[in-house]
Amino acid sequence: MKSRRWLVAVVAPLAAMVFSVGVASLALIAFDIDPLFAFKEMWTFGTSTESLINIANRSVPLYVAAMAVAVGFKMNLFNIGVEGQYLLAALFAAWAGALVALPAVLHVAFILLVAMVVGSGWAWIAGFLKVKRGIHEVISTIMLNFIGFSLSAYLFLNVFRGETEGLIVATGQIPKSGWMPSLNPVLGWFGVTPRRGSELQSFLIIAIALGIGYHLLVKRSRFGFDLRASGINPAAAQASGVDPKRMIIRTMMISGAIAGLVGMSVLLGFFHQYPQDFSRGYGFNGIAVALLGRNHAAGMVFAALLWGFLERSSLILDLRDVPSEIVTIIQGTVVLGVVVAYEVVSRLAERQTVRAAARAAAALESGGAQEAA
Amino acid sequence: MAQVTAAVRWGLELAVELQGITKRYPGVVANDEVDLAVVPGEVHAVVGENGAGKSTLMKILYGMVHADQGTIRVNGQPKRFRSSKDAIAAGIGMVHQHFKLADNLTVLENVVLGSEPTKGLQLDFAGGATRIRSLASTYGLAIDPDTTVEQLSVGERQRVEILKVLYRGARIIILDEPTAVLVPQEVDDLFASLEDLKGEGVTVIFISHKLDEVLKVADHITVMRGGRTVGTVTPAETDGRRLAEMMIGAELPSPQTAESTVTDVVVISVRDLNVISADERSVCTDVSFDIHKGEIVGVAGVEGNGQGPLVDALLGISPHRVDGRIELVGERIDHWPARRRREAGVGLIPEDRQRQGLLLPSPLWENAALGHQTSEPFVSGLWINVKGSKARTRHLISDFGVKTPGTDVPATALSGGNQQKLVVGREILADPKVLIAAQPTRGIDVGAQATVWEKLKEVRKAGMAILLISADLEELIGLSDTLYVIFRGRFVARLDPATVTPEILGSHMTGASLGEAV
Repeated sequence: MKSRRWLVAVVAPLAAMVFSVGVASLALIAFDIDPLFAFKEMWTFGTSTESLINIANRSVPLYVAAMAVAVGFKMNLFNIGVEGQYLLAALFAAWAGALVALPAVLHVAFILLVAMVVGSGWAWIAGFLKVKRGIHEVISTIMLNFIGFSLSAYLFLNVFRGETEGLIVATGQIPKSGWMPSLNPVLGWFGVTPRRGSELQSFLIIAIALGIGYHLLVKRSRFGFDLRASGINPAAAQASGVDPKRMIIRTMMISGAIAGLVGMSVLLGFFHQYPQDFSRGYGFNGIAVALLGRNHAAGMVFAALLWGFLERSSLILDLRDVPSEIVTIIQGTVVLGVVVAYEVVSRLAERQTVRAAARAAAALESGGAQEAA
Repeated sequence: MAQVTAAVRWGLELAVELQGITKRYPGVVANDEVDLAVVPGEVHAVVGENGAGKSTLMKILYGMVHADQGTIRVNGQPKRFRSSKDAIAAGIGMVHQHFKLADNLTVLENVVLGSEPTKGLQLDFAGGATRIRSLASTYGLAIDPDTTVEQLSVGERQRVEILKVLYRGARIIILDEPTAVLVPQEVDDLFASLEDLKGEGVTVIFISHKLDEVLKVADHITVMRGGRTVGTVTPAETDGRRLAEMMIGAELPSPQTAESTVTDVVVISVRDLNVISADERSVCTDVSFDIHKGEIVGVAGVEGNGQGPLVDALLGISPHRVDGRIELVGERIDHWPARRRREAGVGLIPEDRQRQGLLLPSPLWENAALGHQTSEPFVSGLWINVKGSKARTRHLISDFGVKTPGTDVPATALSGGNQQKLVVGREILADPKVLIAAQPTRGIDVGAQATVWEKLKEVRKAGMAILLISADLEELIGLSDTLYVIFRGRFVARLDPATVTPEILGSHMTGASLGEAV
């Protein structure tokens, strides 16, 4: 039965990928462009050392955002507000990080903590509204995104703004003790020397640790059991002693805390301050990555890497006179395809499991009857 | 089958004739060679316990489910329904227990929804309204087509559902548990409407488990048990008790307990428990009782008389306001959250195992932990103890005879009886101080039933306090040391199971002892 579950996990996304590449190919053919040419260009460009580092750096925040979304999905709680949570968290973390001077590791830890607290607090509002007023979290988190954007814009321009150099508007710079180093020296051990300016961010290590933590939390902890039970059968979970309201608040806050970390790889590994053009969009893309990775710690790694690859490799297309929008088509259809394919494949697999178990039970039953007789 | 021969003798075609209908689900036979014959223009009741196969049979007749074997004839014509659409085309309509109406639309809009009258390209609402008015007056279903559904009472909404079905040309109407949601006055109105429908030649198939109502309204009663039809009778030749016997079956193993094991140590004490819903209706009123160590306290009652709210209140998961005092071994627990009560030793066998007792897609070992996921052997500290959980699950499987290939199969793969044994086993092995057993043997086969009874007797002897809520009178009389009757949320009688008969019990359950009409 284990092997079958693996099969489901692999077959469905593969089928979806094939489907989406097929749709994108049709679109290209319609524009009189050779799809093989386009995909070859993407592959060649997307697998250069610099691209691979860029893909890794893109994937890390996507992966973290996906986990923030997935933890809610596990109990059918839809945190659409990761975008707002991480932007607000990054702004506060950048501001607070620039204010203090601490020893290196502590300084980074402090900034991460601020980000988690802010993300968690912002997400808490949606949980509170759901529990107290029955407002659906999809509505409230979307609204909170807009409030978050406006609030961060206001704070950024009026309160947290640092000394300006020329035209660049940003918060004050975080002292060096609050920077996360590049992993390029490690790459050097393996004989890889990327071009200047291409640096593998070390937040990657924290993301891996988070992934393991996420897996243990969901699959192996008491809290995870309650979480999954609430998602599968809320009535049974309640009868088993789960307080549904507390569960909503706690899950929302955990989701928000993870969301708070989304912007940290870029903040601590690249910008070292919060500029006006701070990276956006990870929160929304994280939803797609979570869907694609089926809320699974390992699945979301692949999904995030795929997403990162598609985004990076699309950069070459415009230079080759291929509309880069085909990547958007692939991204859209692959998510749609995986949702459908997974549903179909898992239904088939479930039917088989049920049948097999029923047969085995029937065999037991007749065997038992013979024994009795 | 008396009426079949009569109908044939009079040269009448049967409105509905089902023969040898069989429907299997993995591990369960929901319908096993079921026959049903319905004479045109009659009210034909189909009664049986939950899980007896009534709803499966009706879903087959309405085209929602396909039978594995058997034939369906409507007005003499053999039919094969691929979907409800085909059934509707054959003149069959169904009114579901849970209404399918759009609250913000008017009666007219709801009725025509899906088969809108048109004049050219335009909707012909005036034509629709005229037809509805004429249908309503013909069948005595008084209703204004222009009011919105949200303004209607439950009884009126049901009338809209019936109108909807008639509007689509149905001459055979299936009513699924139509009285479950109605107050007594509305039940009388519904029965009057049924008479009118009958008068106009409409055939009604009436699904119920309320025997007094069935006796009052039906021309024929078909009893189902364990997926089979037990027989068809007329109200004249039977009574509530004999119907109940047919429903429960005479060949059941006796649940009789041995000598009393009741001690004088009170385990749980409930005083003046009131459960009040948001609209200030009292769903449980002044309930007080004690359960001693080694005692089974039975609660008899027709379903929907406050048993569910009582269980929720005891467990601490009531959506309503709960007043009163609950003490577990001398300690007040009425302000504790559900988890704390569970950990303190309140066990629950829920009345609906699939709704409240199982995580169907999850493996058995996780299901065995459900409700006890904060105590050993299922956890150590903050982490799930997979090894310990699986060991306990294996123990449970062998101890309670759960037929399964292993601890990793999903609960959904098990048959109903085995699912129930899993739930019962899990609660008993957790060794609670008090066990709430709601319908512990509902819808399971005789073998599983015997296992459950045996285990309940065993733990009673070992000193567990058990609250047994059941619709199975024999089970209640056989197992209980003390017996209460719940009627409209109140404990209306306390009876001695040693001397009570199902007849006396039945009259209390229908409120007859309160001087009301049965």
